[in-house]
Amino acid sequence: MRIELERRPGMSGFFAIVSPLVALALTVIFGGLMFALLGKDPVDALFSFFIEPLLEVWSLHELAIKAAPLILIAVGLSVAYRSNNWNIGAEGQFTIGAITGSFLPVVFYEWHSPLLLPLMMILGMVGGALYAAIPALLKARFNTNEILTSLMLVYIAQLFLDWLVRGLWRDPAGYNFPQSRSFVTEGVLPEMLSSGRAHWGFAFAIIAAVGVWFMMRYMLKGFQVVVLGQSERAGRFAGFSSRGMIWFSMLFSGALAGLAGISEVSGSIGHLQPSISPGYGFTAIIVAFLGRLNPLGIIASGLVLALTYLGGEGAQLSIGVSDKVTRVFQGLLLFFVLSCDTLIHYRIKVVLGKGRALIAGAGR
Amino acid sequence: MTNTEQLLAVEGLTKLFGSFAACDGIDLEIGHGEIHALLGENGAGKSTLVKMLFGILAPSSGRVCWKGKLEDIVSPAAARRLGIGMVFQHFSLFEALTVAENIALALDENVSIDEISQKAAELSSAYGLPLDPAAHVADLSVGERQRIEIVRTLLQNPKLIILDEPTSVLTPQEADKLFETLFKLKAEGRSVLYISHRLEEVQRICDRATVLRHGKVTGACDPRGETPATLARMMVGGEVATVMRDDGVTAGDVQLEVRNLTLRPRTPFAMELKNLSLSVRAGEVLAIAGVAGNGQGELFDALSGEYTTEDNDAVRIRGRAVGRTGINGRRLLGAGFVPEERNGHGAVSALSLSDNLLLARNRSDARSFLSGGILKLIRHEAVKGATQRICEAMDVRKSGVDPAAGSLSGGNLQKFIVGRELDRQPAVLIVNQPTWGVDAGAASRIRQALINLARAGSAVLVISQDLDEIFEVATTVAAISEGRLSQSYPAATMTREKIGLLMGGMHGLETANAH
Amino acid sequence: MIIEAILLTVITASTPLVIAAMGELVTERSGVLNLGVEGMMIIGAVCAFAVAQLSGSPLIGVGAGILAGAVFSLLFAFLTLTLVANQVATGLALTILGLGVSGMLGESFVGVPGVKLQPIAIPLLADIPFLGPLLFRQDLIFYLSILLVVGVNWFLFRTRSGLKLRAIGDNHGSAHTLGIHVIRTRYLAVLFGGACAGLAGAQLSLVYTPQWVENMSAGRGWIALALVVFASWRPWRVLAGGYLFGAVTIGQLHAQAFGIGLPSQLLSALPYAATIVVLVIISQNRRTTLINTPASLGKPFVPDR
Repeated sequence: MRIELERRPGMSGFFAIVSPLVALALTVIFGGLMFALLGKDPVDALFSFFIEPLLEVWSLHELAIKAAPLILIAVGLSVAYRSNNWNIGAEGQFTIGAITGSFLPVVFYEWHSPLLLPLMMILGMVGGALYAAIPALLKARFNTNEILTSLMLVYIAQLFLDWLVRGLWRDPAGYNFPQSRSFVTEGVLPEMLSSGRAHWGFAFAIIAAVGVWFMMRYMLKGFQVVVLGQSERAGRFAGFSSRGMIWFSMLFSGALAGLAGISEVSGSIGHLQPSISPGYGFTAIIVAFLGRLNPLGIIASGLVLALTYLGGEGAQLSIGVSDKVTRVFQGLLLFFVLSCDTLIHYRIKVVLGKGRALIAGAGR
Repeated sequence: MTNTEQLLAVEGLTKLFGSFAACDGIDLEIGHGEIHALLGENGAGKSTLVKMLFGILAPSSGRVCWKGKLEDIVSPAAARRLGIGMVFQHFSLFEALTVAENIALALDENVSIDEISQKAAELSSAYGLPLDPAAHVADLSVGERQRIEIVRTLLQNPKLIILDEPTSVLTPQEADKLFETLFKLKAEGRSVLYISHRLEEVQRICDRATVLRHGKVTGACDPRGETPATLARMMVGGEVATVMRDDGVTAGDVQLEVRNLTLRPRTPFAMELKNLSLSVRAGEVLAIAGVAGNGQGELFDALSGEYTTEDNDAVRIRGRAVGRTGINGRRLLGAGFVPEERNGHGAVSALSLSDNLLLARNRSDARSFLSGGILKLIRHEAVKGATQRICEAMDVRKSGVDPAAGSLSGGNLQKFIVGRELDRQPAVLIVNQPTWGVDAGAASRIRQALINLARAGSAVLVISQDLDEIFEVATTVAAISEGRLSQSYPAATMTREKIGLLMGGMHGLETANAH
Repeated sequence: MIIEAILLTVITASTPLVIAAMGELVTERSGVLNLGVEGMMIIGAVCAFAVAQLSGSPLIGVGAGILAGAVFSLLFAFLTLTLVANQVATGLALTILGLGVSGMLGESFVGVPGVKLQPIAIPLLADIPFLGPLLFRQDLIFYLSILLVVGVNWFLFRTRSGLKLRAIGDNHGSAHTLGIHVIRTRYLAVLFGGACAGLAGAQLSLVYTPQWVENMSAGRGWIALALVVFASWRPWRVLAGGYLFGAVTIGQLHAQAFGIGLPSQLLSALPYAATIVVLVIISQNRRTTLINTPASLGKPFVPDR
């Protein structure tokens, strides 16, 4: 018995939509199995993981809070990935953006001004972009693989943050806790609605998603991204610069990651501390793929993955499962998305013996 | 029922890909010591047929008899065991490995590399195809690489050797050497299945021919008893429009000029361009002949502006120095370009035809296709309209209104790509391999379009490996060899032999025959 | 004495890098890019620790680590070789899943004192002054790492199977045409890479710090990937590079211990910064890169049948 792939003449529109849903379903099923193996009732566990967080208004706000950085980062990453620039260091750009964005409220801690917030956001974007400029430069100038360089920079960024909040930027009145001064009220990203904690970071995320969708669909820039991602040679033939695209895609995704960083610190935490992200930069990669690298799809997938974070926290409280289970769900989801994506480009044929075969995905 | 058994007898061989029949009920017979031609256009099913004979593809139905016995050839190893060898058109070589290692990988037994080196060296000189076993394939020319393929096959002592378009990468003189080798094999009692679409060669060396069209056999004959016209009709099935050339056109001003173009190779395996000069006048079609790998791609890149040169004067379009100008700058001056590769260079197969139109004309036609000032919004309707217009003008066959470029056949995609440039009435058109891998109908249409463009007053530069094509379209001919360009000669004074010598690099001939 | 002690720590720090890199080297030589080394390594670490704890024998733990890494890599192989999924994304998925699963499995083992793999002295050789205790009184995994380098080098460049594997990495289309089993060989190469990563992980939790800490691989898997590029896919260069990185990694720990006035975070960042520098240097030389990089690395392969 062996498995063979038959190439489809074009992409299957049907599976392009169905595949992420199938992946989600498979993840839920496997997750249920996993819960059962851990000795918990699978239906109960799945309920508290996926459904419960959606039942209370305050919980929906938490969903938005978690989804905001995921969507914002993933939207930037989708542009980079579609142009074949694999920015894996969004977590690092998130961190540096948080640091540069926090510069004003930490160093000039007595400055109250309506300008404070906008400046913080801008500085956050600049910081993220500059940090992403490092792997961009190395790729454009030296042809160095951006996956490894951007990844190494993540570790360096986290160490830098750790050093900052334990030393230079530590709150002198903070009882020696490794954290910075708390931001003044003008430096905290306000809530959008009175019913919960969700702050304007979520609005940034939606605006960014719609903006990028528009760019990809209607602007020449979006066309450049797609062409250069498909073939550098064809892009050159079109007069597009692949080097220019390295810069654009990396700086753009870095800026959005940086914005996500300062939004999270300013809106959710209120000061700088060593740990500001439960791996948003990496989960955003999953969000990007689950959303098929389409900004509107990413809004949906960002909400789904935010749900897994909440679910993990909730499951820990209500059924006593470890919160590590979140990471496992996320990894499983990405695995299933990648597997199901095969059906978009190929028909899967299981050959049982001479002349007998089952074909999956035929007729579409 | 013949008394003497045939070496190979194929009956009703069919191969289905989904519902598409690449081969449909093919019958074929090859005797001992026979050179048998397999004729047909691109897409006729020749490659599929031989892949089945060599065990790479499994037939959907039909029988194969080898030396009178029914056989089921399940793998290349099985084919080799029977005594069938194959030299592919596209070589199965490994660049990073040596000649000896490449040969070793094609052999089935575990013979040591040293022994293989020795045997290969002996065999290659015995058949007139010298090789150095220790050389890395990456450093070898195309002709030398083909020798590896042939020696590799001969080492296994085959009774039947299948050759797939072997002369497409050889100069006429190298081809003659190959034919000598084939006659030697025939004298030893071996047979050759010779795949080609070149009628003149087939008539020269082959005893019998089988003609395929659309997967079916349309004729089996003695090629020497036929004329090129009758063979062509069997291959193509109807009359193909002969290309009409008007030899009386007077040339106008110089529209494209190259002066002393010298370019260092961009990558370690690229060809250096040495002191190239040429000029093309309005109304002229300059054809540059050359076997693959002699700098054609590098020349095209320098002319198109995808890679600029330091010397601004090295390339002039319509009198303006453009050496340092990029491709869109040159397009704005009225130049159009058709590169050698359809997939991944001239077009992107995953994108729609209208997207591929925008690919080449986003700058030159910015006024029609873009709007919104700095935002550069794409006017999808305008682009789609222009796409339809081009498809109608060039008779592009496609499924759907705006399908992905990858769903078109080679010929139709090439018609679109050429039409995309013609639609702009370019003053200068530079084309690299206009009809490579394209069916006869589309090829003839494209060549006529090139001639018509020149007749309307444009300067056309065609780089081609196909001498037939060159003789059809050119008013002037030159040859490129090892990065050097020969002088240009009026097409009327050119012969195949002369071009062949120039392609092979015998530039001394030029000074010897100074007029 | 002090130099000896330092060199010993260098060896311990370098060994997992060398092992993981050798496995990935074989995988990449066959044309497959597996970014999941970090995930396979951490899975190996947690399984080795857990099994060593439960069975009381670190040796069985080592075996478990190898097995775990190999089985985990099977997921990657199935997705990228049979279902032809994007190799970069799948490798990342493997890492994320590995970090998650290992975190879960290891939870009950946090803070539990580990079972250390004891060194084995090779008779006669261990008595050589200076070199003896250094090289011949080491744990099993160190000896395996050296055997790996020698063995892989011999396999790749002196055997027919190794030649076939290199051929696949150079041009999988041609290899298939010649009748070489591309997919099967790649499966084996990926499994080998997984086993090595698992062994490297076992070294971390049974020799380096006999303990289980979440995310204890700390990016070593990524460094191993960089190491393969740095070594231009040649086994002996992996050994040299691995020890270079190991020295930097351990050097900064010693510097911190000695109280050198630099902040500990800066010193901890050194191995990562060094990796970046090394990558830049090696990618500068385009000809070397072009000749040594397996040409079909990362490209999907679907044979027609």
